Amino acid sequence: MSNASPGAPLDTSNDPTGDQTGRFVIQPNGRPRPLSPHLQVWRFHATMTGSILNRMAAGALSVGSVFFVAWLAAAAFGPEAYATFSGLMGSPVGLLIWFGITLAAAYHLTAGVRHLIWDAGSSLSPKAATSLTWLSLWGALVIAVGFWAILFATGKVTL
Amino acid sequence: MVQLSLPRGSKPTKGKVHKAPKGAKNVKTYRVYRYDPEVDADPRWDEYQVSADDHGPMLLDALIHIKSTIDPTLTFRRSCREGICGSCSMNIDGRNTLACTKGWEECQSSTIAIAPLPHQPVVKDLVTDLSLFYAQYDSIKPYLQSDEPDPEKERRQSPADREKLDGLYECILCACCSTSCPSYWWNQTEYLGPAALLQSYRWIADSRDDKTQERLDDLEDPFKLYRCHTIMNCAQVCPKGLNPAKAIAETKKLMVAPGRRKQAA
Repeated sequence: MSNASPGAPLDTSNDPTGDQTGRFVIQPNGRPRPLSPHLQVWRFHATMTGSILNRMAAGALSVGSVFFVAWLAAAAFGPEAYATFSGLMGSPVGLLIWFGITLAAAYHLTAGVRHLIWDAGSSLSPKAATSLTWLSLWGALVIAVGFWAILFATGKVTL
Repeated sequence: MVQLSLPRGSKPTKGKVHKAPKGAKNVKTYRVYRYDPEVDADPRWDEYQVSADDHGPMLLDALIHIKSTIDPTLTFRRSCREGICGSCSMNIDGRNTLACTKGWEECQSSTIAIAPLPHQPVVKDLVTDLSLFYAQYDSIKPYLQSDEPDPEKERRQSPADREKLDGLYECILCACCSTSCPSYWWNQTEYLGPAALLQSYRWIADSRDDKTQERLDDLEDPFKLYRCHTIMNCAQVCPKGLNPAKAIAETKKLMVAPGRRKQAA
């Protein structure tokens, strides 16, 4: 790096972002231009957090689908396998996993509705978008907690 | 490409602390990002403790005060000092804005961090290389394209059609929005970013422009337009109060509107 001449276009293998636009040229100090801080300095707000959580919910759901497939597979393998599976997943830890999946699914749903509203061209002012995001976050919590409250209240699930 | 942390050589280290003189009142601490392309060292955070009574109400006043009384090497762009040139755009207190229209009293933290526009190559201190940003603006053909022959006088437009350009024509190209956008951070060579897309919609929405379909054709691409995931940072930070997210949403609606026809290549 230090033997490159000032102003020389950067070898892309040294490009800190790999963006290949030639903006990260070698400076007189022999180093490529630094990349300015981004997530490190950003003060988060609702809509950005909501967007990240939606991605995380999607990721959690793809992991959650493995449990769902395992449940179907256990049923297919017969009563014994099914009993083992429901024993494991009916334990407090198992129920916590199911609750996490429910919460992720609920938020993915409410965030999806939020995107539907935005894509229709409404609620796009910063204020409305922020309110809508809070609504989708709290809405997801209410749906997930409500769903499990009903399961416990009706005796379908017990600890 | 998503890269959550800064690459080697870009991580700022702790820098110098310039203490306020004894007995100074109303002391503010400004934590400023510094990088010198002449010195073989990583970027650093320098701290300047300044009495806010000694400078004007805006962050730009504070920066000019620091430059003229404490540290003449501090480098930043500025020109009009009234929010119309877009030169002094930077990241202040965790959000992109214009230093000349942001008051230090509006900042939320007691130590006010001042950094260059996020996820850009740093030329020096608070100055970033915006050549890609300008090239993207150029790529959307930011000028009137009409099939009509040149008129004798001006091109006429009804007041109703003219009103459609409100909230679009005021953009000063300060780059606050584009460099606030995580989609732009991770994909800035493919995604055009909120500023270029708002400017593109400014011509799409113009009744005097006849290349609407061609402009939409150019944006019909997995990255150029559709990397917008409505994160809304652009509208949250625009120092002119404009809403690029709304302009992008309108463009997306036109993409699938009845009567939309792709032009022959």
